[in-house]
Amino acid sequence: MNERSLRIGIDVGGTNTDAVAIDEADRVVAKAKRPTSPDVTEGLRAALDAVLAELPDPRLVARVMLGTTHATNAILERRALGRVAVLRLGAPATTSVPPLSEWPDDLRETVAAGTAVIRGGHFVDGREIAPLDLDAVKRFLNEEVRADAVAITGVFSPADADHENRVAEVVRSELGDVPVSLSHEIGSLGLLERENATILNAALYGVARDVTIALQDALSVRGLVVETFFAQNDGTLMSVDYAARYPVLTIGSGPANSLRGAAYLSGVRDAIVADVGGTSTDIGVLAGGFPRESAAAVEIGGITTNFRMPDILSIALGGGTIVGRGSVPFSGRSVGYRIGAEALVFGGRTATMTDAAVAAGRGEVGTHPVPEEWLGHLAGAVRAADELVADAVDRVSLGRSGSGRSNSDRGDRPLVAVGGGAFLLAAEVPGAGEVIRPEHAEVANAVGAAIALASGRIETIIPTGGEGNTRARLIEKAKEEAAARAVAAGADSALVQIVELSEIPLSYLSEPAVRLQVKAAGPLAR
Amino acid sequence: MQARISLDDVAALARGCAVLGTGGGGDVRAGAIAARRAIREHGEVPLVALRDLPDDALVLPLSGIGAPTVSHEMIHAEDEPVRIREEIERIFGRSPAAVMSSEIGGANGVAPVAWAARLGLPLLDADAMGRAFPEVQMVSMYVAGIPANLVIMSDVVGNVVTIRPVDGLWSERLARAVCVASGSSALMADYILTAGECAGAVIEGTVSRAIAIGRATEGAADPLAALCAELGATRLIGGKLTDLDRRTTGGFARGTATIEGTGDDRGRTLTLEIQNENLVAVEDGRVLAMVPDLITVVDTQSATAIQTEGLRYGQRVTVLAWPCDPLWRTPRGLETAGPRAFGYDLDYLPVEKINS
Repeated sequence: MNERSLRIGIDVGGTNTDAVAIDEADRVVAKAKRPTSPDVTEGLRAALDAVLAELPDPRLVARVMLGTTHATNAILERRALGRVAVLRLGAPATTSVPPLSEWPDDLRETVAAGTAVIRGGHFVDGREIAPLDLDAVKRFLNEEVRADAVAITGVFSPADADHENRVAEVVRSELGDVPVSLSHEIGSLGLLERENATILNAALYGVARDVTIALQDALSVRGLVVETFFAQNDGTLMSVDYAARYPVLTIGSGPANSLRGAAYLSGVRDAIVADVGGTSTDIGVLAGGFPRESAAAVEIGGITTNFRMPDILSIALGGGTIVGRGSVPFSGRSVGYRIGAEALVFGGRTATMTDAAVAAGRGEVGTHPVPEEWLGHLAGAVRAADELVADAVDRVSLGRSGSGRSNSDRGDRPLVAVGGGAFLLAAEVPGAGEVIRPEHAEVANAVGAAIALASGRIETIIPTGGEGNTRARLIEKAKEEAAARAVAAGADSALVQIVELSEIPLSYLSEPAVRLQVKAAGPLAR
Repeated sequence: MQARISLDDVAALARGCAVLGTGGGGDVRAGAIAARRAIREHGEVPLVALRDLPDDALVLPLSGIGAPTVSHEMIHAEDEPVRIREEIERIFGRSPAAVMSSEIGGANGVAPVAWAARLGLPLLDADAMGRAFPEVQMVSMYVAGIPANLVIMSDVVGNVVTIRPVDGLWSERLARAVCVASGSSALMADYILTAGECAGAVIEGTVSRAIAIGRATEGAADPLAALCAELGATRLIGGKLTDLDRRTTGGFARGTATIEGTGDDRGRTLTLEIQNENLVAVEDGRVLAMVPDLITVVDTQSATAIQTEGLRYGQRVTVLAWPCDPLWRTPRGLETAGPRAFGYDLDYLPVEKINS
């Protein structure tokens, strides 16, 4: 084992916090699973300690990758959120729906330190809606001095970021070193959703700082001097500096991590992945080694955003799901982390899906035999669970990653079973090919965090008419920008590749144009 | 009939407008947000019937036009309807008495609540389509033979343009040019009529119908059955979306969706021809429903309408079809918005006759 060749991946889930150590050849050398604590950080430390205890020397660790729910919890619980001065550049347009409309009252009161809609922003064809009113920005900032951060959203800024950048300069000269969120760096087209994500991002700076400090404290106390990375919602990593600027992107990293981990552990790039946890099973699709992303809007804490999250079908079926004696075999309730005490096979008094799977001969778990009188109910529960899984697999398996068609999209993809409750799944699942159960499947999400790539994304609008090779030149420029963003997030500049490029034509324009989305990704720089 | 549109009604109206959008008409969410915001700001919006208005009262039909990608990003300015009212006052020497939706299906069915609230006017319980259609001449007033000789448009920066076109074709052409110059999004008023002239030239009761459609599924044990009963709709098929072929040509989102039957419909296959809206439903070469009758794809479990852009492989859907307003079944109605107006070489047959 070379010096400083290990990486640790940690994934904070709803029930458990998992950690793995991975060597230079991407082999799992240590793993641990600990209950997630209410404050998240305690459980994280426990999982980290458990993995470190298995290593010959903690100083072999060079990098730590963390996928965490700190940001999600902060929003859901309205805790530790900063106060944000909200600036929109778009007047006289956009005034029919002001910023923060439809936010839950308590969240708005927690976060909003004043809002202003200022003259500026761009039309779809690149003209200014109005000249940027920097005096109004200064007047607003002088009134709103109590803000911890500033969120700036300009109309069509993903296509032209000039106004957002100019306002950011004014904010810095007026308020000094206050953190600023710029919408063109965070979201895609769709003003209200992008603005919401930008405001949430600004509100999360303090949370990001706290997590980073907690993680680095935990690491330094244990004698680790390492680089740290955060997992984001598309299954890629960002450096700790980058995450400090874009904390909102850490939301929803769990499903992406488990999909990427499943791909790595199974060696399969196109598959259906079922991650069976304590209370639910998340079913997603791997296409070319990356999660298939959802087209639907994503809600976080009652706020609509336009993040691209993995397309996940969640069913209320996990190892802790309670089995009843009634006509409905189970109702979706779970014993959660109390499974070790409450399940029949652990000598408890609650029949769970874990008991049902053991009774069906699918796994050897626990310390007690399943009581006779439960066998009939448990067999019924297994049949119902198999149907539920088959139905969910059938729903996702017909989906396709893009507009293209290929046979691998036609329902014969293998099913990779991961997560602590993977033994619940039958040996054969209708609608899927072979069922693959890779080694270390129970910590696939932590593996996914440890082996992830760093990425960068850009979205813009480009004219497709014009003379000669204008379009080709603009696409090339966007690719370079996406690659530069991936490098800024921590990727090795020599190994960055364009992994996604889509052009969507726009209607009702004077000259033809497309909405261009480019994503670059690459392994972390050595 | 209810007298006012409250905050609480907006969600039901939006759901109903999505059902009447037959797959098109634009996303109802932004309109619903604007409507709720305007009601909070300016109060509830009275909903009036045509008979409640004096014969000489002016009715202001409003609709947003432009590219959906643009209106999702460059949201309307609050004062766009105010500029249009000012222009009407200059031209007619008096104010409009009520706002009307030009298109109840989709976004333009919900947003007029915001515009009426902003203007302090009631909303007329009527529209010009009873559903969604893609072209400006596909309105009841055109079918009724009323000339399109005045169009007023306002945009996000405050420009106001008055067009006096010679016919519907020029109306469409000029309105489109103005819209593009205004950044591909504008508010438009056309067919500004008196309440007396509206009689027989608009489709009445469609706003309260949309709200009733939205309410029908609220808390229903079987939302799909409740929706079918409310609409008087035929279930063409219940199944799974197994193929979706999209293409963008001539500014329209065209496509074909294939639904394979499940449960009682196992073994059957329905294909749906789409041009922004769902236009023709075919099984084994036999047409089961066609435009101008309404065809909507709903989520089988929740009975929520699914827009064309929201169709995804593997979705469990039910396809519903029900009769259009009788106005569209007249010879001029069919000439304007029948199957041949969309390029299908089909003789129109009413959905209830085909499926009786």
